Amino acid sequence: MANLYSGRKRRNLVWTGLAYGATGLGLTMLVIILATLLWNGLGGLSLDVFTKNTAPPGVVGGLLNSIVGSLITTGLGLAIGAPLGILAGTYLAEYGRNDRLATVVRFINDILLSAPSIVVGLFIYELLVVPVGHFSALAGGVALAVLGAPIMVRTTEDMLNLVPNQLREAASALGMPRSLVIQHIAYRAVRSGIITGVLLAIARMTGETAPLIFTALGNSLFTLDPTGPMSSLPLIIYEFARSPYAEQQSLAWTGALILTFAVLALSIAARALSAQTQQK
Amino acid sequence: MDRARALSRLKFADSGFRLMTLASALVVLVLLAGVAIALFAGAWPAFHEFGFGFLFSDAWSPPREKFGAATAIYGTLVTSLIAMLIAVPVGLGIAVFLTELCWLPLRRPIGVAIELLAGIPSIIYGIWGVYYFRPVMQSYIQPFLIGTLGNVPVIGFLFQGPPFGYGVLTAGLVLALMILPFITAVSRDVFDTVPTVLKEAAYGVGATTFEVVGNIVLPYTRVGVIGGVMLALGRALGETMAVTFVIGNATKIQTSILAQGTTISAMIANQFADADPGLFTSSLLALGFILFVITFIVLAAARALLASLEMKA
Repeated sequence: MANLYSGRKRRNLVWTGLAYGATGLGLTMLVIILATLLWNGLGGLSLDVFTKNTAPPGVVGGLLNSIVGSLITTGLGLAIGAPLGILAGTYLAEYGRNDRLATVVRFINDILLSAPSIVVGLFIYELLVVPVGHFSALAGGVALAVLGAPIMVRTTEDMLNLVPNQLREAASALGMPRSLVIQHIAYRAVRSGIITGVLLAIARMTGETAPLIFTALGNSLFTLDPTGPMSSLPLIIYEFARSPYAEQQSLAWTGALILTFAVLALSIAARALSAQTQQK
Repeated sequence: MDRARALSRLKFADSGFRLMTLASALVVLVLLAGVAIALFAGAWPAFHEFGFGFLFSDAWSPPREKFGAATAIYGTLVTSLIAMLIAVPVGLGIAVFLTELCWLPLRRPIGVAIELLAGIPSIIYGIWGVYYFRPVMQSYIQPFLIGTLGNVPVIGFLFQGPPFGYGVLTAGLVLALMILPFITAVSRDVFDTVPTVLKEAAYGVGATTFEVVGNIVLPYTRVGVIGGVMLALGRALGETMAVTFVIGNATKIQTSILAQGTTISAMIANQFADADPGLFTSSLLALGFILFVITFIVLAAARALLASLEMKA
């Protein structure tokens, strides 16, 4: 009897010990990655990074064109993806809650949500780069939109589902058409939730590299023209991290630091916002 | 009159908005179909030239225009397998810790920290992997594996060869780190659906935490956990940037998992810029199409499992 008890206790101790160990391992890796980023990236952080363009080895350069490029491509992705995602999410939650089309769209959207980004990049390459004949920031923005929209579809639908039906019925009873009920009552009730989805989508789009290789391509010059190739932070990290020159490697780390903290800040903001919504 | 006009305008705007949302929902469908069609169209010259043999040929020679997908498919499957072997137990362990063992006030911060791991862009894992993890692999882990497991009969061949640091195992381990948070997030959420009364009943008759997890929580959430694991597998199969940096990009199948290799996505990312239009580009697109089909099947199965769970709940 005592033997049985101690055996069970021992087994429990071992397995719970492993669970503690697994958590320790996960947290340690997070700390290690953030620490290496800070260690390697902070040294190169200077005003030059934000005021000078990327330069050939031997010349002091910065990341200005890449940072601006990142903002533009992500902005394009957001401008295309946000209306698409929010409207499609609205259809799923408000109009087609239970019809067959909505079920199919929901399923396909969930697959797009985790589809490999490189495949999406190839798709946009075939769609917008081959016919036009050259790479463009616009194609990059469309690729990012395809990756970001499913996130917004999902959160918009989930959020609208939280709106109590009495609220909609009250507005309808006053004679409001359905579209106005959605725009003025439902959207307003869950605005912060929808913004959470948008922030998460921006975070995802900012960090993507693979689809941009075939679409925005990269550019060592400063440009604001969305119809031509454009640099971005992930692309320049990809290029400089494999460079044999120390100053380019150091810039890659600085870029990685900026990118990571931008993305983490966005996702932390999204989380804080959604926690606030849930409390309400 | 004014009233009639205002009403009709309102009606117009109303159905306009409805149509806009419907169109957006349809675009989502069109997008996925578009991916499949565009990639298949681009891949057609390669499929036409090499036929079904494309899937099983390990040739990859741009000058001779001979291409096959076997090397890349092999690398994709092996790196994902290694990643799953490590990330599934560790990810489940963290989920168990968060739901059963963790001190309540710490539960949320630790959960968020693990989710932050999921938020780090994959290129960061790549640059970290090549500058920090690869040297560790080369100087410590790989020599250790060669010296110990390399001499074990039967499985020894997996751990032989010189320690380059780059290689299939390194890529698999970085992938494991990347998908870990996905497994933890999904399994924690499904673990939370276990009714407290069930667990309390088990604790009440004297079960240990390990026994509650093994006999109550896991059987109750089996479907959801498998769904989450397959979702993570979908990520691992398609991951590009983290893998490209550390796998070594050798277009040849080698039996040792310490040797350099490639995956479908790494191959596309690496060679696309240098590919001539024609058979070379088409073969890369064909690889993309194969990756799309594999991940589609895995993700669809995962979603179907998770959806059946939601229906039950």
